[in-house]
Amino acid sequence: MERVLETQGLTVGYPGKEVLRDIGIGLHRGELAVLIGANGSGKSTFLRTISALQPPLAGHTLVGGMDVSSYSRRELACLMTVVSTERTGGGALTVSECVAIGRHPHTGPFGRLSANDKAIVADSIRAVGLADKSTRYLGTLSDGERQKVMIARALAQQTTLIILDEPTAFLDVAGRIDTMRLLRSLADSGHAILLSTHDIAPAVAQADSLLVVDPAQKSISAGTRTDIIDKGILDRAFADSGLHFDPLKGDYYG
Amino acid sequence: MKRPAIVITGLLAIIAAALPLGLLVGGVDLSAAEIFEAFGDTDDSIAHFIVIENRLPALLCATLAGASLALAGLLMQTCFNNPLAGPSIMGISGGASVGVALVMMMLGGTIGTLGRLAIVGGAFIGALGILGVLLLFSLVVKSNDVLLIVGILLGYAASSVISLLNFFSTDSSVHSFVLWGLGTFTGVSLSELPLFAALCVVPVAISMLYTKSLNAMLFGERFAENVGVDTRKMRTALLLLSGIFTAVATAWCGPIGFIGLVAPHIARMLIASSNHRTLLPATMLCGAAMAILCQIISVSPALSDGATIPVNAITPVIGVPVIIYVLLNRRKLLYFN
Repeated sequence: MERVLETQGLTVGYPGKEVLRDIGIGLHRGELAVLIGANGSGKSTFLRTISALQPPLAGHTLVGGMDVSSYSRRELACLMTVVSTERTGGGALTVSECVAIGRHPHTGPFGRLSANDKAIVADSIRAVGLADKSTRYLGTLSDGERQKVMIARALAQQTTLIILDEPTAFLDVAGRIDTMRLLRSLADSGHAILLSTHDIAPAVAQADSLLVVDPAQKSISAGTRTDIIDKGILDRAFADSGLHFDPLKGDYYG
Repeated sequence: MKRPAIVITGLLAIIAAALPLGLLVGGVDLSAAEIFEAFGDTDDSIAHFIVIENRLPALLCATLAGASLALAGLLMQTCFNNPLAGPSIMGISGGASVGVALVMMMLGGTIGTLGRLAIVGGAFIGALGILGVLLLFSLVVKSNDVLLIVGILLGYAASSVISLLNFFSTDSSVHSFVLWGLGTFTGVSLSELPLFAALCVVPVAISMLYTKSLNAMLFGERFAENVGVDTRKMRTALLLLSGIFTAVATAWCGPIGFIGLVAPHIARMLIASSNHRTLLPATMLCGAAMAILCQIISVSPALSDGATIPVNAITPVIGVPVIIYVLLNRRKLLYFN
């Protein structure tokens, strides 16, 4: 299977402060991986580092077989994209105008959309189930709908790898399960999906593989879902809080 | 037609109507027929002098300066992700003024084309100085409001430098400098107009290249990087461009207040969108229309009895209510959400 994302001996953090070290993970097409860890355990630092928004302290992140630092921003934007929960601006853009920004790395200097670009934008909006709201302003949407718009934007970018930082935060139960199903179907259609979440049960239910931040080791343990659950690795993530993972319920208990 | 297209057509129509109207207004009462004839007159007729050498360059200067200051404001607002950013409020015009004042004092009385370019250069260095300091602060200060206050303080510092320069300079140069500092669109002579126009139009054309990246910047820097924008390069380019716009306008017209801050807001409300593809032209047209209106008011004999009202006495009358309206309606205006 084609490796879309791979890290080798990756150490992330800030000068003088290692957050996580010696991370070696891999992700291939069609795989949905879920990153689990406590607040402040370094999940976001890790995601920022592998998406080249922050330099690593050591080691490499390979996307499409090459180190992320060897690509220009635009080249990288054709291979991977990140959906974050930061809620900033853009309220007076319509859904389709926002999703069209996903075509940024593919269009010319003036950003004019070809018929093909427009079709991709429409398809992306349909894929997240917002076809009837494509002319609505972002500022008039609910948080859940806005999150879907951001996912549609990532789809329009047509990258194999999509990274999502807590995509289900701020969503109600229906929105959470809905979003996880959508991400599952995207993985099934050939994307490689990596997401971080605190919403354990629905995420573990859909995941192929799990990445668990181990605060004691200051590293990330990765494996298939069954492996990670069977070996009790999930218990390590919240060991400080005395929580255990219940494989039957698919969630933590205290 | 869609709303932005209607608005842009409407603004163009307003400007097309205001320019001929502006030729009619001034201290000397001239009829429409006299003005029409002035275009065919020889150089030495009085009508020719008033209409072609004075009113026309002032109106065209207002159009160009208004459009470029408005664009500078829009670029700064998107770049700093701050709806209250603008060349005058954040001290950029002040920095440019200090540069202009220093060069003017070094040059003394008469100013040729080279002297003009030196003044523009001085203004540019002054504007960039303030922009650079703001940029440094923006790396440390995460709050937009704090950055805004830093800009306002820098503006005060710049005006204090100008007051000091005035204090130590000769009486006559003080007088001309004080007048310039109040803002005027009458500083561009007919012969200087092509140079002024070129210095405005070229950076406008370059700004157009950033339309699609500006839309990505609406969602913050990380978002923009995710869709392939080299944000560091872009931020530098946008700040340089805002510096050029402010410097060129300030070098000829003085530190014009409010147009750069207000025009982008009026444009966003009129076209009901923050898509830069339509917002960019709409903002420039709003700025141009505002400036032409100010110029007409400033020379209107009904108000000023032959004298000229400084432009900076008029821009706040239009600008302050708009900004207060915007601030009070933050929650209702979509572009804040």
